[in-house]
Amino acid sequence: MTWTPQQPIVSLKDVHKSFGSVEVLRGISLDVMKGEVICIIGPSGSGKSTLIRCINALNDIQAGSITVEGLEVNDPKLDKLALRRKVGMVFQQYNLFPHKTALQNVMMAPIKVLGQDRAEVENRARALIAKVRLNGKEDAYPGELSGGQQQRVAIARSLAMNPDVMLFDEVTAALDPETVKEVLMTIKDLAADGMTCILVTHEMGFAREIADCIYFTDRGVIVESGPPATFFDNAQDPRTQQFLAQIL
Amino acid sequence: MTMYCLHQKPKVRGHMPVMLPMRLRADGLPLADRLFNLWTLTALVLALAAVLIGPAFAQLATPDERTILTILLEWTPTLAKGFGFNVLISVLSMLIGTIMGVFLGVLQVSQIRPIRQSAWLVTQFFRNSPWLVLLFYCILLIPFQFEVFGVKVPFPGWIKAVIGLSLPVMAYTSEFMRGAILSIPTGQWESAESLGFSRRMTLTNIILPQTVKRVLPSWMNLYAVLTMATPLVSIIGVDDVMALTRAALSAEGRADLLIPMYLYILSWFFLYCYPISSLTRVLERKYSVKL
Repeated sequence: MTWTPQQPIVSLKDVHKSFGSVEVLRGISLDVMKGEVICIIGPSGSGKSTLIRCINALNDIQAGSITVEGLEVNDPKLDKLALRRKVGMVFQQYNLFPHKTALQNVMMAPIKVLGQDRAEVENRARALIAKVRLNGKEDAYPGELSGGQQQRVAIARSLAMNPDVMLFDEVTAALDPETVKEVLMTIKDLAADGMTCILVTHEMGFAREIADCIYFTDRGVIVESGPPATFFDNAQDPRTQQFLAQIL
Repeated sequence: MTMYCLHQKPKVRGHMPVMLPMRLRADGLPLADRLFNLWTLTALVLALAAVLIGPAFAQLATPDERTILTILLEWTPTLAKGFGFNVLISVLSMLIGTIMGVFLGVLQVSQIRPIRQSAWLVTQFFRNSPWLVLLFYCILLIPFQFEVFGVKVPFPGWIKAVIGLSLPVMAYTSEFMRGAILSIPTGQWESAESLGFSRRMTLTNIILPQTVKRVLPSWMNLYAVLTMATPLVSIIGVDDVMALTRAALSAEGRADLLIPMYLYILSWFFLYCYPISSLTRVLERKYSVKL
């Protein structure tokens, strides 16, 4: 199946996922169009992170289908590299490579995985580091950077692969309140550039500001979804109302 | 919190003993650390001085007999050659053992179960065998020469000894590697995977470079222990420093030479191994706080 930009860039249909006997995702369906920013919110253990990890095949699924630009993620014959070139991912714990400098972290995958020209990659990497506002930190090791700075390097590292979709898995959850802002600013810039973003987040104010659509998950199902204004001010489902009442 | 609570209690309020590593008792320390400290050095130097000076006075009455010090000095070049041989054997065993051990350690974390299990079995077998028995096996099982295209290539005993000693080094290194690889956070694997790295590329580019720092102290400690084990090769007929010392003693035929000469050799091993084990402790302290 060939994918056209009129179709959803990421599409989940009735996705089921269990760890052993524990069913974590119980029939999730959602569509993301190119350039859209969606936020997935919900209580801990509701399957948010699992959902996002399934999209780039870090977790496999038991039933249903996930497609990214028409690529069937659950296909056993999936070309994983093709998928990973389309989908970038940023983690809660940054997961930078501690033995490499910021610049090397950003340059590594394009050179080693895609075999691109070093000089060309270096130019792009420096531009990306400037884009995440870390000029001057190119030669710093991750251990010398603050959490917020590390997370921005991690974002630049993902972007270096030129992905079409970015996944953010609670990327500000491990940060100090003051550094959260700088990471959110970076994501906002990305969204403004038209990058398709799927975020799992606890930052409700940010979700409201940036998202085109909010999905609320609880116990492995999507309880409610909608544009931020409707979702936050006029939630229909009692579970959503209860969750929002607790956190807002 | 520092891991080294042997000499001083950590000055941390509410410190919980259960959080401390198990290595608190001296007999849990690596062998090299137990044997080598400034006290043993002092004792050794004092003993050597006493033995050298004492008989020297006693022999004033018989001036025609050479002093023990003179004899030791006379034999020093020969013994030094022997000691150099011990060092050579230790370096080569370490080199071969490490290369094989890193490989075996990587196989121990293979995703393919039969590979993982066989690597585990090999590791455990050689890690739990006495070194001397392994040496005997190598001497007996490996022929003394090979025929390659009609040319007879000799295979001397000392090379067999190198192979014999490299086997336990391999097994220990394999275990160090397995532990180090498993101690790298899984997030490193996941982020590499999400960037498109294959498992093998992740291992060589991301995981293995990070294990170096973790393995280095134990690996150096292993080298010190290995060097101290090299006199074992004299038992299987290799002319190392121990074999030469025995030869020198029988050539001189003097009973009063026995203790000073062995003490002399002992001090060489000490001077060679002590800096290594000191450096190991420094590195361990430096890296243990890291997270």
